[in-house]
Amino acid sequence: MKHSTRRGLAAGAFAVTAAFLLAACSSGDSGGSGDGGGGDGELTPVKLQLQWLPQGQFAGYFAAADQGFFEEEGLDVEIIPSGGDIVPQDALANGDVDYAIAWVPKVLGSIEQGANLTDIAQIFQRSGTLQVSWADSGIEEVADFEGKKIGSWGFGNEWEIFAAMAAEGLDASTVEIITQDFNMNAFLQGDIDAAQAMTYNEYAQLLETPNPDTGELYQPEDFNVISYEDTEGAMLQDAIWADTERLDSDTEYQETTVKFLKAVIKGWAFAAANPEDAADITIAAGSGWGPSHELWMVNETNKLIWPSDAGIGIIDEAAWDKTVAGALAAVNEAGDHLITEEPPATAWSNEWIEQALSELEGEDLDLTGADWSPIDVTLEEGGN
Amino acid sequence: MTTAARRAAVVGWGVAGLLLLVVLWEGYKLLAPADGVLIGETRVLPRTTDLAMPHVWDMFGRLAEPVTRSPSAQPLWLVILLGALTTLGIAAAGWLVGVVVGIGLALVMQRWRVAEWGLLPWIVLSQTVPLIAFAPIVKSWGSRVEIGSFEWQDWMSVALIASYLAFFPIAIGALKGLQSPDRIHEELMQSYAAGYWATLMKLRFPAAVPYLLPALRLGAANAVIGAVVAEVSTGLQGGIGRLLIQFAGQASGDPAKAWGPIFGAIVLGLVAAGSVALLGVILKNYRRTEETA
Repeated sequence: MKHSTRRGLAAGAFAVTAAFLLAACSSGDSGGSGDGGGGDGELTPVKLQLQWLPQGQFAGYFAAADQGFFEEEGLDVEIIPSGGDIVPQDALANGDVDYAIAWVPKVLGSIEQGANLTDIAQIFQRSGTLQVSWADSGIEEVADFEGKKIGSWGFGNEWEIFAAMAAEGLDASTVEIITQDFNMNAFLQGDIDAAQAMTYNEYAQLLETPNPDTGELYQPEDFNVISYEDTEGAMLQDAIWADTERLDSDTEYQETTVKFLKAVIKGWAFAAANPEDAADITIAAGSGWGPSHELWMVNETNKLIWPSDAGIGIIDEAAWDKTVAGALAAVNEAGDHLITEEPPATAWSNEWIEQALSELEGEDLDLTGADWSPIDVTLEEGGN
Repeated sequence: MTTAARRAAVVGWGVAGLLLLVVLWEGYKLLAPADGVLIGETRVLPRTTDLAMPHVWDMFGRLAEPVTRSPSAQPLWLVILLGALTTLGIAAAGWLVGVVVGIGLALVMQRWRVAEWGLLPWIVLSQTVPLIAFAPIVKSWGSRVEIGSFEWQDWMSVALIASYLAFFPIAIGALKGLQSPDRIHEELMQSYAAGYWATLMKLRFPAAVPYLLPALRLGAANAVIGAVVAEVSTGLQGGIGRLLIQFAGQASGDPAKAWGPIFGAIVLGLVAAGSVALLGVILKNYRRTEETA
């Protein structure tokens, strides 16, 4: 064979396989049809995507499954934990799951990218994000961030920081943003001046770490805590998201949505009334935290949900608008905006949660948390 | 030296190596400054605090204690062992798929030159796709696969990703091995009027063994890494990858605990590589030398 013909043959063979591959790609993606079922006595399968590992933050969903609330509504709910690279709103937009739990600002970003999703229940009424610094650091408000090393998790968890800074006239270039790990070691070792922490998780991690100077656990007095809920940067967090198109046209999905929300409400009401049981249920569902940390998490999560004056899950328009305003104002350290225009009206709807609440009206449930009060949790070393 | 003495010496050196590691760890922790060694602003050697480098005895002592204070908690070593076994099973499944696909591709490429020209660039290209982009897609596709009573399980996504990393060195090594017989040996087979299959079984596969063994070992290591990373990536429960991130999140209050799954992952890698070494013992007749893949 001559050299040139051989080379031609090689190029041809390469092109043929390339064509095959492309053909295979384009013929994929036939679009998952909705999970039908729902016949008499048969449970409707539902998939719920969480945004992280099983933990007390999601206690209400695990409680609803454990206590049979989903089954009472005729649903067979599979709760799917996330981990590294599974983004809940992407899984929902792809049709892999039926509902997803995600923070509002993250999904606003996805909606602007083209995802068609609706916030159908705002479970967390308040933001649980803190920025924690040492008591002697002089960082007492967001304005003090200037020139400091500010910790952030990134991956869409950072927008409250930038929104709060924007309200103080600071931008990302005035601070040094340091990406945080899964734990608080970088802060404890002095690599970060003010670390991002959730009330229900990382703040507790600090309080269950022994202080090498005293040998005792760190105490709240050792830290300055800035709560974003008190700043202009506060954003809505854990919400239940649904597929906008299916909500619009699929009557079966509409019915399932109301049933699902009813069971979720019962689950969170259970967690409010029985935080110890809810913590045990979450551990049994695969959460790896120690009992004291898990109970702390359930209790702090309850504080973000209750009281909920208009009823659990109702989206407060003022809080939504504040989240959108913050999302529009925030610019991250790479100079990127989260969103550049207002989200569409379909991005949230109280229609389904209102229906679920009204159907639960007669039952013996505290739907607003009027009678709820938090418990006292003592953290043990290492959360054990 | 008698075989018994030689064996004792091997074990002795192995233990000495481990002890040296312990001495280095504890010695560095004792002598180096708590804040590590910095050149300018850059830390070139790590901190020596208990948070950054727990004592060796703390790390191993922690293994014997229960995971949490929960009454249902198992000891940490047992949880890690179970996690490692789960991951090993998934990695083994991925490795087997990788072996079948890799050797299959090598056979096709060896048989037809055109196939080699057409496929080899794609095989190389396949390894440039980053796992974090790949993992959610595999999981998403997997969740739609439902053929009759067969339903795609989440662990299969992880095994698929493991096989994706494992098949590459195997395909390349096997192809090189199958092509390794000298011209005169091939011509000898032709002079015996041996067909394709006879040549394959009597000449090509035996000749490929020295290339295949290191390729299989590389494939096994890749399968383990792929399985651990994919577990983290797709959020699969039960394996060592999940324990890694779970305990990393608890490392502030319980620094020794986070090292448990790291030890588990090391043992896992050793077991996987050791299993392939066992294969080498079975095939020792064909294994005069071992070529680098």
